[in-house]
Amino acid sequence: MMYVIAGFAIWALGWLLNVYLANGKLSDHWAMNIGIPLIFGLTILLVWECFVIGFEVNPVFLPRPSDIIVRMANEVPRLWADFFQTIIKGALTGYIIGGLAAFAIAVLADRSEFLTRGVLPVGSFMAALPIVGIAPIFVKWFGSDWESKAAVVAVMVFFPILVNAVAGLRDTTLMQRDLMRTYGAGYWPTLFKLRIPAAMPFIFNGLKIATTLALIGAIVAEFFGSPTVGMGFRISTSFGQLALDMVWAEIVIAAIAGSAFYGIVTLIEKGVTFWHPSQR
Amino acid sequence: MKSILPVLTVIAAVLLIWVVAVVPMNVHLTADQAQRDGALVMPDTPIARKEVSGFVLALKNPHLVPLTYFGKRPNLPSPHQVAAEMFNTIFGKKITSKRSLVYHGWVTLAPTLLGFVIGTFLGVLLAVGIVFSRVMDKSVMPWAIVSQTIPILALAPMIIVVLGAAGVHGVLPKSVIAAYLSFFPVVVGMVKGLRSPDHMQLDLLRTYSTNNNQGFWKLRLPSSTPYLFASLKIGISASLIGTIVAELPTGAKAGFGARMLVGDQYGQPILSWAALFAAALTAAALVGIISLIERGTLRKMGMKMA
Repeated sequence: MMYVIAGFAIWALGWLLNVYLANGKLSDHWAMNIGIPLIFGLTILLVWECFVIGFEVNPVFLPRPSDIIVRMANEVPRLWADFFQTIIKGALTGYIIGGLAAFAIAVLADRSEFLTRGVLPVGSFMAALPIVGIAPIFVKWFGSDWESKAAVVAVMVFFPILVNAVAGLRDTTLMQRDLMRTYGAGYWPTLFKLRIPAAMPFIFNGLKIATTLALIGAIVAEFFGSPTVGMGFRISTSFGQLALDMVWAEIVIAAIAGSAFYGIVTLIEKGVTFWHPSQR
Repeated sequence: MKSILPVLTVIAAVLLIWVVAVVPMNVHLTADQAQRDGALVMPDTPIARKEVSGFVLALKNPHLVPLTYFGKRPNLPSPHQVAAEMFNTIFGKKITSKRSLVYHGWVTLAPTLLGFVIGTFLGVLLAVGIVFSRVMDKSVMPWAIVSQTIPILALAPMIIVVLGAAGVHGVLPKSVIAAYLSFFPVVVGMVKGLRSPDHMQLDLLRTYSTNNNQGFWKLRLPSSTPYLFASLKIGISASLIGTIVAELPTGAKAGFGARMLVGDQYGQPILSWAALFAAALTAAALVGIISLIERGTLRKMGMKMA
């Protein structure tokens, strides 16, 4: 009972604190933009902890945040091995292969107006489809190790990147292309000096969408067969053992990896498209 | 309309690649089968055949090439096999039959639509809260954005099992996932939409001495419509993908996801492929319907697509 009351108290306290901070004088300061969401998150964690203890929730349904943290601290080597298998070997390899393939096809399709008009609708149509359903088929084709995961990821990230790259390569104006022609630039110099740089904001948009897809593909594909390591494997087997704290530990790792992946791509984008209005 | 020819060309090219790929993908299986049936096959042991690639094997045994298109359990079914299977299971069976794709489609579609409606409703509510409350904006919005970079979808099967263990069965657990996945795109899109009126427009309303409430109903809500539809399209396909992934490894007995997995486990790849394409058609139909509603609504309101 104590814990339930404590939970409500923390809830009220966190909310009041945020109301005070958000309406205060310094609310637009950068520290507040980080601090307020952090307080919100921390409040949720504490309330979760108190309610799980107070209502005596069975840890098979919902473990306590503190259990999850302890579990993460104890299982660092295993979590690292899973992370390496799934994120680095599966997701990242597939992401790079899919991205390069999409970019190559986009440059090829861009050479003809006809193909561009065909690729754009087909690509955006494919991007909305449940491609992840090919996972069982690919696991059968490429075996259960990381190659099949990379293949699933490559197909999943291919279409959003393709659509954005094709749209981006079209983004130059007639004026800009004419200017390049007055410089005597042929197809390739125009491509490298004008059109690819101009396409970069679009391409990065596709790359950012694809980061989440890559992780989803790599983890989901492991549900259909994997060596005895990997985040998807660990999630499904820990689940069978009712070790929910381990499942949640992997969820936390997936969340951190997803945000970090997105963050890194955004940082690269800032460096590459420094000239774009949205970055200045 | 002038895109029809290019689109058809691209589709034809994809189909052509597929048809060509069928031969090297299946030729090993076909060769084994043909040898058992007494036909002459060039490298005459399966082990020797494993050494050569599919293309080489097909070149050495041209008589096997037509057979690769009619294998019972091909690695890669040919387009006509998938089309025939889809036609049979969509039109050839009673829709209440367990072998009908329409039945499985409905099992997947019902939780998708229910979850989509719930998720959209809650998403719009939260977006309104975020636009009108500074505290919510500051504390919830960053998490809503960050949550889009997290591979939630990968956890869909687990959520099903947890809810199942807690005694929640049927349509509801899958709807929870569908709702969750359509929730965040709607929140982010609606917040953008409700904030899209510029200062001029808001100032104009102030000169009419409207209050916040009138401003919301007469300006903010109407001008958010294009953004709402854009996120609805993302949301509905996310919902459908979520339901299918939720069905995939959880031992669901019906639905597109279950169908894909069953075909895979019982060595009936044509079945999986038919389910995959049926799911694709469903996704396309759902997005298409929303686009139609979008076009009609926006034209009536005299607006452009976001």
